[in-house]
Amino acid sequence: MTVPVSITVNGQRYDREVEPRLLLVHFLREVVGSTGTKVGCDTSQCGACTVLMDGVSLKSCTALAVQADGAEVTTIEGLADGDALHPLQDAFWEKHGLQCGFCTPGMIMASHELLRVTPDPSDAQIRHGLEGNMCRCTGYQNIVRAVRQAAGTTAGQP
Amino acid sequence: MYAPDFAYYRADSVAEIGRLLRAHPGAKVLAGGHSLIPLLKLRLAAPPALIDIGRVAELKGIAVADGRVRIGALTTHAEIAASSDVARHAPALAAAAGVIGDPAVRNRGTIGGNVAHADPASDLPTVLLALGASFAVATDDGERTIPAGKFFQGMMATALGDHDVVTAIDVPAAPGGQGQAYEKFSHPASRYAVIGVAATVELRGETVGNVAVALGGLVPAAVRTGSVEQALSGRAPSAEAIAGAAAAVSNDLGDDLIGDIYASAEYRRAMAPVCVKRALTAALKQASVADAPAARSPWWKPSWL
Repeated sequence: MTVPVSITVNGQRYDREVEPRLLLVHFLREVVGSTGTKVGCDTSQCGACTVLMDGVSLKSCTALAVQADGAEVTTIEGLADGDALHPLQDAFWEKHGLQCGFCTPGMIMASHELLRVTPDPSDAQIRHGLEGNMCRCTGYQNIVRAVRQAAGTTAGQP
Repeated sequence: MYAPDFAYYRADSVAEIGRLLRAHPGAKVLAGGHSLIPLLKLRLAAPPALIDIGRVAELKGIAVADGRVRIGALTTHAEIAASSDVARHAPALAAAAGVIGDPAVRNRGTIGGNVAHADPASDLPTVLLALGASFAVATDDGERTIPAGKFFQGMMATALGDHDVVTAIDVPAAPGGQGQAYEKFSHPASRYAVIGVAATVELRGETVGNVAVALGGLVPAAVRTGSVEQALSGRAPSAEAIAGAAAAVSNDLGDDLIGDIYASAEYRRAMAPVCVKRALTAALKQASVADAPAARSPWWKPSWL
């Protein structure tokens, strides 16, 4: 069985026939070809697959493509405006909020959600808001600094 | 990981959910998918068909009426955690919804899907049991109501029949003088409850009134702990009374404790009274604030805390 879906990814609409069991993350990576979104733990714990659906974060390894039918999905590739990086991307660069980079797309999308809900977060709120995203390299310090910079807040210690 | 193949149908109304369930024997209901999709991917479940109810608008939303909070089955954990109505009338539910998984999980997971899945390590069954919630269920014959105490029957086992679907959860509004708390010992990665304790405590002057305490994560289904409730009810609240009541939880744990690679059954047995004590202390503190005369400062603190 295949099901027709119409999913808009980073502003471009994709009308495709998909198997119902196709995960959204595989739709993004294999159908659309946007491989910025990663598969990490594949069990909705690590957050590497975090994207936005209609502006709200979700873990795309735990959603079916058919559930996103009619929705607008934003991935890490959709944040920059041409050559101009999104403030979160700038801040992760500036503050070196990454080492290997594998968690970074999900971390930035989860940070996007954090700032949507909490525009001026404290350090504790940043750490709490990113608890569903794991980084095995940085120890999180520079990630927190990056989010703080992106928020334009001086909360917490430098 | 790929789920086994399944057919997919989308329902637009509660009536159509029932029709599709009857037409496709063995089908499972898909709400937010945050319990079901992991099961499918691990191939612990292989239903022939999924009935996607995620777009049934009549199953969404929170309303307060007739002394209860009615929460539509498709309401997400994030919506519950952010609801001022839930915070006011069922604060332990708001607290529990806010510590499920992580923000992205809370954006997708639904209360109806959560209770229908009935994972003992989940948060909501525990708190809904303590709060005396009941579940509105659409069936072949219309509607029925199942109290939480009869709904959870074992490890991922509920009172739901093959064609039943949870449509709403009714939570009694907290009476005056009642404090509520949810205490959770989280698994550090999944945030599932290694131990979850929900408590409601009424304070009448200097005496503890009705007490309800429910446990999650410890045994195959969320359960009330009558030993703790009886040990504290009618007593004057004190640190000693709380500790004594919390210790009584060991009477109710039985021999079927959950143990896994992260926390052994022995460890959970040892930690259970600790978590119960924390939940009782927090609920009594809330009750004393609710009970405190208005003349007292908001920082008034009873001597026993």
